[in-house]
Amino acid sequence: MVKQVALNEEYTVSIFTENAIGLLARITNQFTKRHINIEALNVSQSEVEGVHRFTIVVNTTERQVQLITKQIEKQVEVYRCFYHHAEETIHQEIALYKLPISALKSGIELESMIRREGARILSMEENFFVIEKTGHRSETSQLFEKLKAYNVAEFVRSGRVAITKPMDELKEHIQEVKAKAAV
Amino acid sequence: MSEMQNTTETITTISGADAFVKSLLAEGVDTIFGYPGGANMPIYDALYHYEAEGTIKHVMGRHEQGAIHAAQGYARASGKVGVLLATSGPGATNIITGVADAMMDSTPLVCITGQVAYNLIGTDAFQETDITGISMPVTKWNYQITEADDIAEVLAKAFFIARSGRPGPVLIDITKNAQFQEVEFSYKPCQMINSYIPKPKLDQDKVAQAVEMIKAAEKPFVIWGQGVILSGAEKELESFLDQSNIPSASTLLGLSAIPSDHPTYVGMVGMHGNYAPNMLTNSCDLLIAIGMRFDDRVTGNTQTYAKQAKVLHIELDAAEIDKNIATDLAVHADAKEALQALIPAMEKNAYTDWYQEFNELLKEEKAEVIQPECQPEGDGLTMAQVVDQIAETFDRNAIIVSDVGQHQMKAARYSAFKQSRSHITSGGLGTMGFCLPAAIGAKIACPEREVVAIIGDGGYQMTVQELGILLEHPVAVKIVVLNNEFLGMVRQWQELFFDNRYSSTPLKNPNFVKLAEAYGVRASSINQQDQLQDALTDLRDSQEATFLECMVVKQENVFPMIPSGATVTDIRLK
Repeated sequence: MVKQVALNEEYTVSIFTENAIGLLARITNQFTKRHINIEALNVSQSEVEGVHRFTIVVNTTERQVQLITKQIEKQVEVYRCFYHHAEETIHQEIALYKLPISALKSGIELESMIRREGARILSMEENFFVIEKTGHRSETSQLFEKLKAYNVAEFVRSGRVAITKPMDELKEHIQEVKAKAAV
Repeated sequence: MSEMQNTTETITTISGADAFVKSLLAEGVDTIFGYPGGANMPIYDALYHYEAEGTIKHVMGRHEQGAIHAAQGYARASGKVGVLLATSGPGATNIITGVADAMMDSTPLVCITGQVAYNLIGTDAFQETDITGISMPVTKWNYQITEADDIAEVLAKAFFIARSGRPGPVLIDITKNAQFQEVEFSYKPCQMINSYIPKPKLDQDKVAQAVEMIKAAEKPFVIWGQGVILSGAEKELESFLDQSNIPSASTLLGLSAIPSDHPTYVGMVGMHGNYAPNMLTNSCDLLIAIGMRFDDRVTGNTQTYAKQAKVLHIELDAAEIDKNIATDLAVHADAKEALQALIPAMEKNAYTDWYQEFNELLKEEKAEVIQPECQPEGDGLTMAQVVDQIAETFDRNAIIVSDVGQHQMKAARYSAFKQSRSHITSGGLGTMGFCLPAAIGAKIACPEREVVAIIGDGGYQMTVQELGILLEHPVAVKIVVLNNEFLGMVRQWQELFFDNRYSSTPLKNPNFVKLAEAYGVRASSINQQDQLQDALTDLRDSQEATFLECMVVKQENVFPMIPSGATVTDIRLK
């Protein structure tokens, strides 16, 4: 177990839970107490009514993420917890960039860049405008680097949302847990 | 009880505090441990009536830490859920050591803390503390109740979670307004929680594979842990060992699950365990781990632990499987169910040569350690000798409660057991101060059994004020302090690894006899071998709480010893 060379990789951890106060802290504690930084975090509803979904991105070893997955699944209000390598998921993050309106006056260069990047102008205000881009982290970061020349006034990026490639039905997993719980 | 008139019917409502006590009664609770304060006063007010009529007994600690350790001792001796009641703020933070201890040692507890009124939460009110936040990493589950309506349902859930699956501590925080609020009370025990699987279904394929592994093994070796006791699998373990005749060892917390004189029993594993089972962990060809979690004090260096063996792990908690030691086969199951399934397939094998290996090493340990410790030269008392004589004097049938340190290891090594739940100690967390209150709790749980607390002079002073419990509940607990005027285990490490630099380990102690007598406890002190038997006979025959100080040899060490992080076969006899 401990034999393997500790190699950090990016993992997406998906956690399906009851809706309970404090569960977020209970889950994140499993990472923080092992000194693992959470790179991105998202909480949302899932396709099953009443079941919430946490998506957490971490850089760590497979061994660690295996252990943590089990510890998380052990929590009373957690139905299931899975981890996936980046290539096993289809995932996106959304980034917003606030720029001064003056940036648009510098010619068509910025406009065409926005188009090329598959971004869009989300809102135009009196003094500023907001660009939105959806993509992988590297893509939204790249755009941020490019926009720096135009004086980005604010930059924010969401947590990751991810769909896993294996065609497992969450409903079946939840049903299975409920059936075992009822024994 | 107040009654509110409705237009058509009479609805009986009671206070949240009363609903709380009725919920405890509905769970069969007859003893609770605690300490009153501002934020739990309505509950204490409700208790007043039930205590007077004798339906519930409240045992008041002298510090919340003492109260929770007493609840732990109660739970571990009886197998019932221990109940602890504390107030908000410092009352709540004072129980955290006990909560963490119960988490590490899988002790079922329901801890209830009072909390400031809901409208004051978040205002830094007097004695407000975020105890659900603080206790989260050391509880199996926790919850804050802010409305009386939730009391019955949440408490039902709390008891269910605490006792089911791998047991553990649950903390319920109740705001003061919820204690005052009127509520219509009805109680329904919790039977299941959707997202929680306390007991996995036994996989018969895995059982069949396990049987094959056991049959194929020439040198199988069983290590069992507290999981056997927690699942009530003592009879099954004994029968499994009777049927298979496989040599078996216990972890520290597994002790007493089966009688110490069981023919297959070869001793305790771990840092200060017995020589043979530690050494031969790295000689067996099949390691059968039952309800244990490969703690680092058991394995030493995991990279060199039982590498030659196949590992079969029977374990209820999925998170323990492959955590520290990789398994070749895991049976994710309750120990009792797994053993029941294995027993019929077991065939008795003599394992003559294999047992011979254990016996050879045991001979060495006897000659090098056991005999010199238990029959020491000179007049001075050794810790081993006192423990050994306690075992004899109490007919190997007392509940032995120990604290943490050298005396704890001697207590584990030299006590002997006839029935389960007879060895109570703080294993995982290693909490000094655990013993005295835990022993009182154990005696309250099992008044018909002898309870002997074996404590070092350091740990004793961490919770010595709990002698005060005995003023109100004069149970006949027997307290033995092994006094070497040192923090002995730290001193031993200083001797071995820090060049004899005894930094802050020598202790200047008070007069322990007078201290005990100040609490109304019969007390005496001895320092010579020839005083020991009479003192212990007196201790045994005493019908009241009795204290015995044994001044022992000052600079004794505990051996055998696997140095921290070393390989099990690097175990030292001296």
